[in-house]
Amino acid sequence: MEHYNMNLTLKVWRQKNTDAQGHFETYPVSGISSEMSFLEMFDVLNERLINEGKEPIAFDHDCREGICGACSMHINGRAHGPWAGTTTCQLHMRAFKDGDTVTVEPWRAGSFPVVKDLTVDRGAFDRIIAAGGYVSVNTGNAQDANNILVAKDKADAAFAAAACIGCGACVAACKNSSAMLFVSAKVSQLALLPQGHPEKKTRALNMIAQMDSEGFGSCTNTGACEAECPKEISLTNIARLNREYIVAGFSYEK
Amino acid sequence: MLNSKIPAGSLDKKWEDYKGHCKLVNPANKRNMEVIIVGTGLAGASAAASLGELGYKVKAFCFQDSPRRAHSIAAQGGINAAKNYQNDGDSVFRLFYDTVKGGDYRAREANVHRLAEVSGNIIDQCVAQGVPFAREYGGLLSNRSFGGTQVQRTFYAAGQTGQQLLLGAYSALERQVALGNVTMYSRHEMLEVVTIDGKARGIIARDLITGKLERHFGHAVLLCTGGYGNVFYLSTNAMGSNVTAAWKATRKGAYFGNPCYTQIHPTCIPVSGDHQSKLTLMSESLRNDGRIWVPKKQNDNRKPSDIPEEERDYYLERRYPAFGNLVPRDVASRAAKERCDAGYGVGSSRQAVYLDYAAAIERYGKIEANKRNLHNASSADITKLGKEVVAEKYGNLFDMYAKITGENPYEVPMRIYPAVHYTMGGLWVDYELMTSITGLYALGEANFSDHGANRLGASALMQGLADGYFVIPYTLGNYLADDIRTKAIPTDHPAFVEAEKHVQDTINKMMSIKGTKSVDHFHKKLGKIMWDKCGMARNEKGLKEAIVEIQQLREEFWKDVRIPGDANEYNPELEKAGRVADFLELGELMCVDALNRRESCGGHFREESQTEDGEAQRDDANFAYVAAWEYKGPSQFELHKEPLEFVECKPTQRSYK
Repeated sequence: MEHYNMNLTLKVWRQKNTDAQGHFETYPVSGISSEMSFLEMFDVLNERLINEGKEPIAFDHDCREGICGACSMHINGRAHGPWAGTTTCQLHMRAFKDGDTVTVEPWRAGSFPVVKDLTVDRGAFDRIIAAGGYVSVNTGNAQDANNILVAKDKADAAFAAAACIGCGACVAACKNSSAMLFVSAKVSQLALLPQGHPEKKTRALNMIAQMDSEGFGSCTNTGACEAECPKEISLTNIARLNREYIVAGFSYEK
Repeated sequence: MLNSKIPAGSLDKKWEDYKGHCKLVNPANKRNMEVIIVGTGLAGASAAASLGELGYKVKAFCFQDSPRRAHSIAAQGGINAAKNYQNDGDSVFRLFYDTVKGGDYRAREANVHRLAEVSGNIIDQCVAQGVPFAREYGGLLSNRSFGGTQVQRTFYAAGQTGQQLLLGAYSALERQVALGNVTMYSRHEMLEVVTIDGKARGIIARDLITGKLERHFGHAVLLCTGGYGNVFYLSTNAMGSNVTAAWKATRKGAYFGNPCYTQIHPTCIPVSGDHQSKLTLMSESLRNDGRIWVPKKQNDNRKPSDIPEEERDYYLERRYPAFGNLVPRDVASRAAKERCDAGYGVGSSRQAVYLDYAAAIERYGKIEANKRNLHNASSADITKLGKEVVAEKYGNLFDMYAKITGENPYEVPMRIYPAVHYTMGGLWVDYELMTSITGLYALGEANFSDHGANRLGASALMQGLADGYFVIPYTLGNYLADDIRTKAIPTDHPAFVEAEKHVQDTINKMMSIKGTKSVDHFHKKLGKIMWDKCGMARNEKGLKEAIVEIQQLREEFWKDVRIPGDANEYNPELEKAGRVADFLELGELMCVDALNRRESCGGHFREESQTEDGEAQRDDANFAYVAAWEYKGPSQFELHKEPLEFVECKPTQRSYK
């Protein structure tokens, strides 16, 4: 792969804190190597801002290998930028060419308030998991692992759903700011496994109730979430969630 | 003095006896006992969930925006357990033995045996939580093999085992949050341990959003804050991974054990330029099928495909015919460095070797052609079939490589180089995981206890969860049982006031420097010193130089660092500055420890102590001890030795020839 250097114009959302008014600022950056990751390009810019006595741009990031789910930039109108199935930290500058203008925003959703610049608060996701995204088993209660048989296709499907990294790209991509793909991934994982069966009805009902109370929007099946998900979580999980929810709604006795 | 509190009795009865005789806290009293847990990776999340279930009032802290983002999430390969589901001769003893030997006889036998004993329970617990491990067609769990063992005892979930285990522990944690047993403090960083009458009684934490300092009381404090690999700047650790919590404890009197034991992982994607912010691991499993080589000619500029077979040096196969490409991590890393230092490295930086899948693709292609009854298959067909098999086994890793490097590893050999990955050293703890400060515990990678001088693959996840799910619930009760009359101490106690003032003063001092260089500038410089002089190979001269250089750099940092913004707002640069300040002290101690240990063992290679053919030479007569360092002031450390006794595993020279 040929390496090249490029000059870019960045338009970056700056916002001092949750309550402050935000705005775009324009930063020309030069000599960016095509081998850099997108976040390393931000490192270079931040280093320059610090040297100029200005405040660097705040953004969430941690593992930088596409698995922790911290990074969360909306790049040229797409969650995590132009590459499919890729987090912001794994996006590399090869995706851009000399002279490009790149617009970078935080996730836009009422339930994800901006903390500062490109950093948002995704605490709502933790609260949704706390509402039922688990199997109620205390430490020490488990039987031998191989006493529970799980068909390989079910186990594989559960794993595919469990691969969700909780980054929130699905919400950011959705015109309704719906969290259905996120919720459905956890509900599906546990609905597909025998361990999750005893609580499947309450789980679907409670997680959806929490999702609603957090202010996430409704799902209208446009599929933007699946298209932008860096872990390519399938839309079929939403279908499964709907089924679980409807069944639970009709048959749950309390 | 150092008392490791190892129970009496035979090795296989110690833990059983301990559990039978340790003190308990009754449920009514548990409700009044507060426990602070710092860090929410595998060790912290599993401890928080388990202690919450038991009825303790738990407060859990993490610096990330959610407990689910702790760096345990990035572990790839798997988790070991002595289940013997494969009927291939595994047992608790064998897992124990492999771990002690793999650690080059520098781990504590009693701790490792307990780890092996509870390993099976971990798998049971995780499956019960709904962790989707890989399975066979019959619905049973699948296993694979890993380095340093001869049995298949590794449980896995594709290349994302750490993610799945952490999400299991995180779910259990969130369940306790919902039940009100655990209070979660995300985006909070612990900046001081509060001690009262010699006991850990709380922490000072900074709310990273508002910058406000908070005082939190706990009857006990658990540090589950991971390793310190980021002292090297470039490592496979997450950007935020740090030593701050452990270092604050060290400065408060907790001993730091074996700080020089660092694991350098052989298969990482090499550095591509000065902009590099971190390094990415390619799972050890790739060495199962890939062949590692460099050109036989120095400074060979040809493309790999233009270098004929007879001009390639498969140096691992040449040097270690018995284990070949599957030698343990420390051996493979040193061998790569040796070739590159001698001028045989590849790529633009010359700091890389090839990991080649061409032979594996051809071998698998032929097998697949036979399976499908394709006789006389063309070589193009064989290659195509072979690539499909390799994609099924390693597809996600190959994709990651392609994204980062822009090269297609199915066509061109991958370039790899060793990188800092894990730190075996950490806070010194006794058998109960208590540090040398009463009531202060360290779990998981943050402690020193189980991996000796070299950790085997798939053992980090095992240890983190063993400590959190199955060890601390017993050992903490044994301590708190004597503390049930202690009421919650109000946080206006002078010790809290003083600790908070100390933290505030440090922050004020840092913010008032208003120098000219960024935090990263200092971090990069420190990393270079550490990598060059306290990295894969160390010698007396280099270490002595490094100590002086680090002291100078530290002085420069405190005079010239520039931290923009304010202390009373979300300020990532200030967070980094605090962490780098601590790394600048830890780095010196690592060099002091490496200088003191004039032997080679596991990941610690002293050039003065090697065999004639360049292998690590241990010195059991003089160094069969844990080096536990006490902080006595800037650049002053006092060594305490915990002698290691080997009753069941008699030390031998490791050989992989």
